[in-house]
Amino acid sequence: MIYDVRIDGRSFRLEVERTEGRWACRLDGGEIQVDAVLARPDVLSLRVGNKAYEVKCERVGGEMHLWVGSMRFAAEVRDPRSLRGKTRAADDHGPKKLIAPMPGKIVRVLVSEGAAVEVGAGVLVVEAMKMQNEIKSPKKGTIQKILVGAGAAVNAGDVLAIVE
Amino acid sequence: MFKKILIANRGEIAVRVIRACHETGIAAVAVYSDVDRAALHVRKADEAYPIGAAAAAESYLNIQKILDVAARSGADAIHPGYGFLSENAKFARACADAGVKFIGPTGAAMDAMGSKTQARQAMERAGVPIVPGTSRGLESVEQAEEAAARIGYPVMLKAAAGGGGKGMRLVHVPEDLKSALEGARSEAERSFGDGEVYIEKAIVNPRHIEMQILADEHGNTVYLGERECSIQRRHQKVVEEAPSPIVDADMRRRMGEVAVRVAQAASYTNAGTVEFLVDAEKNFYFLEMNTRLQVEHPVTELVTGLDLVHLQIRIAAGEKLPFTQSEVQIRGHAIECRIYAEDPDNNYFPSPGKITLLLAPSGPGIRRDSGMYEGWTVPMDYDPLLAKLIGYGSDREQAIGRLTRALNEYFVGGIKTNISLFRRILGDADFRAAKLDTGFLDRMLKRKQETAVDENAAEVAAIAAGLFAVLDTRVANGSKSELDSASNWKSAARREALR
Repeated sequence: MIYDVRIDGRSFRLEVERTEGRWACRLDGGEIQVDAVLARPDVLSLRVGNKAYEVKCERVGGEMHLWVGSMRFAAEVRDPRSLRGKTRAADDHGPKKLIAPMPGKIVRVLVSEGAAVEVGAGVLVVEAMKMQNEIKSPKKGTIQKILVGAGAAVNAGDVLAIVE
Repeated sequence: MFKKILIANRGEIAVRVIRACHETGIAAVAVYSDVDRAALHVRKADEAYPIGAAAAAESYLNIQKILDVAARSGADAIHPGYGFLSENAKFARACADAGVKFIGPTGAAMDAMGSKTQARQAMERAGVPIVPGTSRGLESVEQAEEAAARIGYPVMLKAAAGGGGKGMRLVHVPEDLKSALEGARSEAERSFGDGEVYIEKAIVNPRHIEMQILADEHGNTVYLGERECSIQRRHQKVVEEAPSPIVDADMRRRMGEVAVRVAQAASYTNAGTVEFLVDAEKNFYFLEMNTRLQVEHPVTELVTGLDLVHLQIRIAAGEKLPFTQSEVQIRGHAIECRIYAEDPDNNYFPSPGKITLLLAPSGPGIRRDSGMYEGWTVPMDYDPLLAKLIGYGSDREQAIGRLTRALNEYFVGGIKTNISLFRRILGDADFRAAKLDTGFLDRMLKRKQETAVDENAAEVAAIAAGLFAVLDTRVANGSKSELDSASNWKSAARREALR
């Protein structure tokens, strides 16, 4: 198997193959001695040479993070043969969506459609787990649309408003 | 002694109290809301009764429903835990009227102490030092402005019924006072059903040190030493420790004696906590009394060797305190971390959801009071406290070492938690040197995190990412599908194919 792996934005090409009961592993072309046991889903006991690591895999939303000891890395794995998983480069121009970061209830809408906002200006207040959190504008611009009203229940990932 | 205790709470504290019941041969009755059927406290209890919708007002704050369950189950006492109805004098009285023992102080003592404004009035009379401010609720913005001008900015607005940082606002300039007052009032109304808010001079970066007291119903009151609770975010405690690094035996005795005087002024019974603000010169001011068991009670339990919940139950059953003040000994050092479902990388937004992976620490000097389990979905409706991790050692350094080690073992996947924040705190030079005040955490968070990028670790992560992809098909192409038996079979098949 060949994978394109991105760890905290840094690209690696990884080849792994299981032959004769052991892993053959090449990282960016260099051969590395690896021994791995999936202790349970999301927990990998890894030996690289004689160094031992417990690597934990954490998935929240669509993102994957790997923990090596107490260090956390954003990880993406792509099978180059697959066309899926391609992402468009982030675009700072054009409309931006304000996304609910967690499920909760809209307690207040602080601006109205058409209002001019600065970067970091509060647009809505969402309450979850007894805490009120202000959802801030990601850019300077005009509020094009507010898609929820006070009292509405929202899920993580819901679009709350659009800033033009 | 009681035969059956109803626990009018949820989460880790409900589990904590159920355990104490089982340790002393008492049956435990749980109550739960619609979203808590699968919660850990329901699993651990001997009996469990549904009490309504997720909204706390419909369930955990509904006095009638809880008393109905007490009657149906035949419980002879109710433990309120912390939060919810624990400091509600009406509830304490309703229990007494229904012939069920409320494990806590009387309604009268709560009225005297539970309302922060009334407590301030009582302390003024008793000659206990208090922070300058109003001792009555604010009736108008104008009154707030007048009081703020008199005591000087910055000022702190506080809910009279408050706790846990709810209904609290720090105000630096007069222009912000009006909106802060409205915000504090509406939050207080929602959280406590009481919108009374008063004003206090904000002492900049004090230490927050509190004294645990215990009083039986025969007139005996003792103090069990202090807890240092200066590490806070949004006025919410994050890390607590006992003893406080700055309190010596003499200061402990003086604070303890004031705390006992405070309790006795209100004819206080059962467990309670007297909170003090301590300035840079180690002067202490009465802040408020919490008329309940505190979240952070385990650190006191570890350094005194006492079980506060057992003692609460025995006191409520009419027993005398089984020890005297001179028999209370502080031994060793304990530190507690409050594990919250929140995202430290995203402005501490709450992070409810399903716990897909839970690796829990154990070993020497580690205590874990938890309300979560793997596979459980953390509901969005309640406080985000998931668990408390407490480290104990013969001294502060050993406690820090053990707790740091345990934090490295602790792993919660599927939701975000603030575990990484504690690694930072415990490794921080000021924390290690015990240079603590309520501004500590904000200062630490403003400093850029030293990210010593370990090249090797990144490579290990890259290798692991690929191996997860081979061994666990969910990883490839960022697939979000839940783990199910089908994908287990698939990954097994894939493993076989690679042999």
